[in-house]
Amino acid sequence: MAKYKMHVLVCGGTGCKASQSAQIVDNLKAVLAEKGMQDEVQVITTGCFGFCEKGPIVKMMPDNTFYTQVTPEDARTIVEEHIIKGRKVTNLLYTDPENNEHVSDSKHMGFYKKQIRIALRNCGFIDPENIDESISRGGYEALGKCLTEMKPEDVIQEIKLSGLRGRGGGGFPTGLKWEIASKNHADQKYVVCNADEGDPGAFMDRSIMEGDPHSIIEAMAICGYAIGATKGLVYIRAEYPLAIDRLQIAIRQAREYGLLGQDIMGSGFDFDIELRYGAGAFVCGEETALIHSMEGKRGEPTFKPPFPAVSGYLGKPTNVNNVETFANIPVIITKGADWFNKIGTEKSKGTKVFALAGQINNVGLIEVPMGITLREVIYEIGGGIKDGKEFKAVQTGGPSGGCLTKKHLDTPIDYDNLIAAGSMMGSGGMVVMDETSCMVSIAKFYLEFTCEESCGKCTPCRIGNKRLCEMLTKISKGNGTMEDLYELRNLAAVIKDTALCGLGQTSPNPVLSTLDNFWDEYVEHVVDKKCRAGVCKSLMSYEIDQNKCVGCTACARNCPVGAIKGEKKMPHTIDLAVCIKCGACIERCKFGAISIK
Amino acid sequence: MVKLTIDNKPVEVAEGTTILKAARQAGINIPTLCYFELDGMKFENKPGGCRVCVVEVEGRKNLAPACATDVMEGMVVHTHSARVINARKTVVELILSDHPNDCLQCSKSGDCELQTLAQKLGIREIPFKGEQSTYKKDSTLSVERDMDKCIMCRRCETMCNKIQSVGALSAVNRGFEAVVSPAFDQPLSESSCINCGQCVQVCPVGALSLVDNVADVMKAIADPTKTVVVQTAPAVRVALGEEFGMEPGSIVTGKMAAALRRLGFNYVFDTDWSADLTIMEEGTELLGRIGKVLGGDKTAKLPIFTSCCPGWVSFYEKNFPDMLEYPSTAKSPQQMFGAVAKNYFAEKIGVKREDMVVVSIMPCLAKKSEAAREEFKVNGNPDVDFSLSTRELAHMIKQCNLNLNDMPDEDFDSPLGESTGAAVIFGATGGVMEAAVRTAYEVFTKKKLDNIDFEVLRGFDGVKTATVDFAGTPINVAVVYGLNNARIIMEEVRDGNPRGFHAVEVMACPGGCIGGAGQPYHHGDSSIIRKRMEATYREDAGKPIRKSHENPSIIAIYKEYFGEPCGHKSHELLHTHYFDRSKKVEKE
Amino acid sequence: MTKVKSLADLKAMREKFQSNLDVREKSNNQDEMVQIKVAMATCGIASGAKQIMEYMMEKADAMKIRAVFTQTGCMGYCHAEPTIEVKVPGREPLVFGHVDSKKADEIFEKYIVNNEMVDGIIPVNYEVIDK
Repeated sequence: MAKYKMHVLVCGGTGCKASQSAQIVDNLKAVLAEKGMQDEVQVITTGCFGFCEKGPIVKMMPDNTFYTQVTPEDARTIVEEHIIKGRKVTNLLYTDPENNEHVSDSKHMGFYKKQIRIALRNCGFIDPENIDESISRGGYEALGKCLTEMKPEDVIQEIKLSGLRGRGGGGFPTGLKWEIASKNHADQKYVVCNADEGDPGAFMDRSIMEGDPHSIIEAMAICGYAIGATKGLVYIRAEYPLAIDRLQIAIRQAREYGLLGQDIMGSGFDFDIELRYGAGAFVCGEETALIHSMEGKRGEPTFKPPFPAVSGYLGKPTNVNNVETFANIPVIITKGADWFNKIGTEKSKGTKVFALAGQINNVGLIEVPMGITLREVIYEIGGGIKDGKEFKAVQTGGPSGGCLTKKHLDTPIDYDNLIAAGSMMGSGGMVVMDETSCMVSIAKFYLEFTCEESCGKCTPCRIGNKRLCEMLTKISKGNGTMEDLYELRNLAAVIKDTALCGLGQTSPNPVLSTLDNFWDEYVEHVVDKKCRAGVCKSLMSYEIDQNKCVGCTACARNCPVGAIKGEKKMPHTIDLAVCIKCGACIERCKFGAISIK
Repeated sequence: MVKLTIDNKPVEVAEGTTILKAARQAGINIPTLCYFELDGMKFENKPGGCRVCVVEVEGRKNLAPACATDVMEGMVVHTHSARVINARKTVVELILSDHPNDCLQCSKSGDCELQTLAQKLGIREIPFKGEQSTYKKDSTLSVERDMDKCIMCRRCETMCNKIQSVGALSAVNRGFEAVVSPAFDQPLSESSCINCGQCVQVCPVGALSLVDNVADVMKAIADPTKTVVVQTAPAVRVALGEEFGMEPGSIVTGKMAAALRRLGFNYVFDTDWSADLTIMEEGTELLGRIGKVLGGDKTAKLPIFTSCCPGWVSFYEKNFPDMLEYPSTAKSPQQMFGAVAKNYFAEKIGVKREDMVVVSIMPCLAKKSEAAREEFKVNGNPDVDFSLSTRELAHMIKQCNLNLNDMPDEDFDSPLGESTGAAVIFGATGGVMEAAVRTAYEVFTKKKLDNIDFEVLRGFDGVKTATVDFAGTPINVAVVYGLNNARIIMEEVRDGNPRGFHAVEVMACPGGCIGGAGQPYHHGDSSIIRKRMEATYREDAGKPIRKSHENPSIIAIYKEYFGEPCGHKSHELLHTHYFDRSKKVEKE
Repeated sequence: MTKVKSLADLKAMREKFQSNLDVREKSNNQDEMVQIKVAMATCGIASGAKQIMEYMMEKADAMKIRAVFTQTGCMGYCHAEPTIEVKVPGREPLVFGHVDSKKADEIFEKYIVNNEMVDGIIPVNYEVIDK
């Protein structure tokens, strides 16, 4: 086999694929063939690089050049300029927003500088559809080590010592979970990988499965060995076709190599994995609901105990871990618990993957050590707030989390600090908001999501969240009263206190945290009938500055409801009773005469 | 044993006890709503959904549902702290905020668990205004659904799926739109529902109720051209008293007959009479089949299944269409009575069929659907015109300013009013089988049965089996209630009847007809059903004649009219046939 | 299909596959390895730069020297092709001209391994603009 001198890595994550990255791969291959270089340069489709803001990403190896926002047409330029002539294609390089300089090497990009990639170690580096690449990065060695050198209890002990906690949201110690499952004896036990990622905007788990599916398979087998299970199930949402594809390929390859199946690596240990598809219900991320869904029952949670470790899938002891949690396992086994628990804070070890989104320059997938501050994430990795606007809040933990403010910027991020601050780690959504975000509307957005996704089993979540949402709507329409604010707080507190499952219990967090941190803004909505961010339409009124208006009639001609009246060359006025606050007039006014009050 | 403190009271209970039960043992009653248990009948519904039973457990971050949380050593529980009361009230206010609150017109008013709870918590206004769920009303011939009132306790679902294995009702949709419904939002009448009505019996509110036929009956009574005949089922007389404040288990046979007469029924007869007739037919059929099978006739099937329970009949027609030749072809006592009344008796008193109205008083809701079956009509005129439940009869008595307590004891009219102890016990699980054995034994062996109390066939077990020695011939019988138990036996029979059953009694409802869906609401108190059962056997023991074939009125009608059991005339009037009512899934 | 029958099997497999990913592994830690840039413009290719690059890659493998090879465009020393730039960690980069297999051996054995000076160094006397 010819030895390639150069590797071109093209991101094949869902986001970059949507921006034609597959076409880039085809074009690169075609141009290389045309130049007779197909044996010198290898083109590889990888998983997500994380820097989705600037996708599709193409990375040139070994000189480590990082091209951003590449189009299929750029393939020819890359081959002819970079590969043949050795010149960097400067217009495809990342531009540092701080100083407008091109950065060619990802190592020197602010986005990557503070990241430590454990769960994402192979994402954007290997071809996820080629098990050999995984093996050459040490894939399945941790499994081999467990099977040949460690007893199941040693494996559990190692995971316990590592301090790893569940990455799906709850933060339950993983080693302890395994231990409980291992101690319940049964003829059959199950290992379940929870790949029902449901937070709006979150795609951590999807990226891991798309970029490094073998790490999940390996970790599930390790878990199976540790707890005494021979069957693994991946509960994955059907909306993740690429991840499903890659997992299926990976499972097939692992079986062919004998890394799944009977007598793995001559150890006598049997393990195999099946996929189960979910229809994308948020609540099915809750482990009991997930198990019911897998059993073909209505996807709704049941009261714990009994925990799945005692009575789970088909009534058998079942260990459920999230994708990212599993992705950490092989590294912990290989490098040791001591190595792992040096990263992070006292009670939260290791790293956490976040999906960074919102009004921030560098949107994407990041993996950072626990204990990093929000400031570092937002300003250094995230590159600060878009368009030079001011930071207002950051929402972590998705619909179960809360909004944190400036005063939390220097709080080290870990499970306990986030809960103390009224939010939670959740599965890793992080939405950054600037001054144009209305906190009442943000709370309402999350509540609408919860209402949509509630299973409807318990009263507080089924009716309570609906009422919360209705009260927020009332407030955003300017019909709220101070009594509503007190009732809002009471109801939110009761829901938190009484809901059946973790999702219900955390669903009022967006309301409670915004009430705590942005009380003044709520009061403005109900007392002054004002929305300072200019989001709540009912609380806005448009006004034409009589001094600035020259009477050009552009606004009046473009008003869809005829709310603007005025003589030519005379200042115009808006009939607020008719105005629908669409903003068309502001867009048309060349004189800056129309403003929102 | 686990020691804990509830409301500052030290309590010691067995490990695995819930906080709710531990509190009850200590005399502390934590309110519940969705929680429902029929003690001893394997019916337990504790989804932990309503959150009314939440209590404060020291050291726990949120409130705990008492119904689903097991006690732990040293636990300190507060069931009425300010935090608990606020949460409990808020939860009930939330439920009421999505409830029609039309208590004055609601059929469940006075019997409604939500109403009682709201009253107890002193809820005077609902702080939450917002959208209310609205669903279209739906009805079968027996059950009415008004899902606007549904509180998602899921008791009906548990009953329908776990106990009855009917699978007609389950939760559909998500969040605020979540509701209990047949699949694909089809009408209940087109679903797999068999009208047993147990969903109605357990519904805490007025979401599920019976189809009320009182007005129809009142109208018939008021019509001077109609002769209105009433029959009362065995289980009614041991439960009706509860509606008038009497102790459960009070026997009101005589008072009931008196009340019916005062309501204006022209003839007050007894379904017990036709229960004796049923034993004659069914017992003879059983012996006939055993004879055929012993004689090598491959077309004769054993075991014979009883066919008195219309919920059960619908169930096997829908689920076991390949086994329609197993159940007895004998009509149920209600339908035998109707056929006899509208033929033999109408002729006897010279009333035209169209001018006779037969009303039945039943512990059952499925009887309403049974009465409407096409095969029980002659030229569109049904053998039984209206079937009223025990609860409807109570309402009717109250509506007419009567009080059952004030009624004298009166007898049924003749000739269709005379009955034996064997007929009385039809109301309890195992009763039909015991009655059949009392007769079949003597007919088969031509010997007198000394001990006619078959204790092994009595009691609350969902499945009972016994072998009765018919003078050297062992007869294997089984008695089940709850249709999931029946399903298991049916599947066993389909797989070759390994236990060699000759006869199986099936009743759909818990404890048999005494736990029927038309009976006064028991609200989960199984001791009420037990007391009805005790009363049933007490009534039997007090009867001078306790074997159906010794009922002089039955003997007389065979002599006068039918000739012999399973003869030509009885096949015409007293037997029926079954239909495949399964839903075929068409393959594309 | 090859089956992995033991941990040793797996490790052997890793060993075998690893070189395929070398180009990538190395690029992540360039600063810790010998970086060799080969001028691969028309003049370089015409004078055998491709062959010499392949030769050096094999040489590096044989000597177990962790080296990362990249190709660049014309370095401007067309008179001295093939030209290569060698950067050993901790040392200034040097450019060698007229590199053939013999010279390559010398560069590896003497300069890279022992830091002995080797003939053929072209003095770098220009500034790169985009640095």
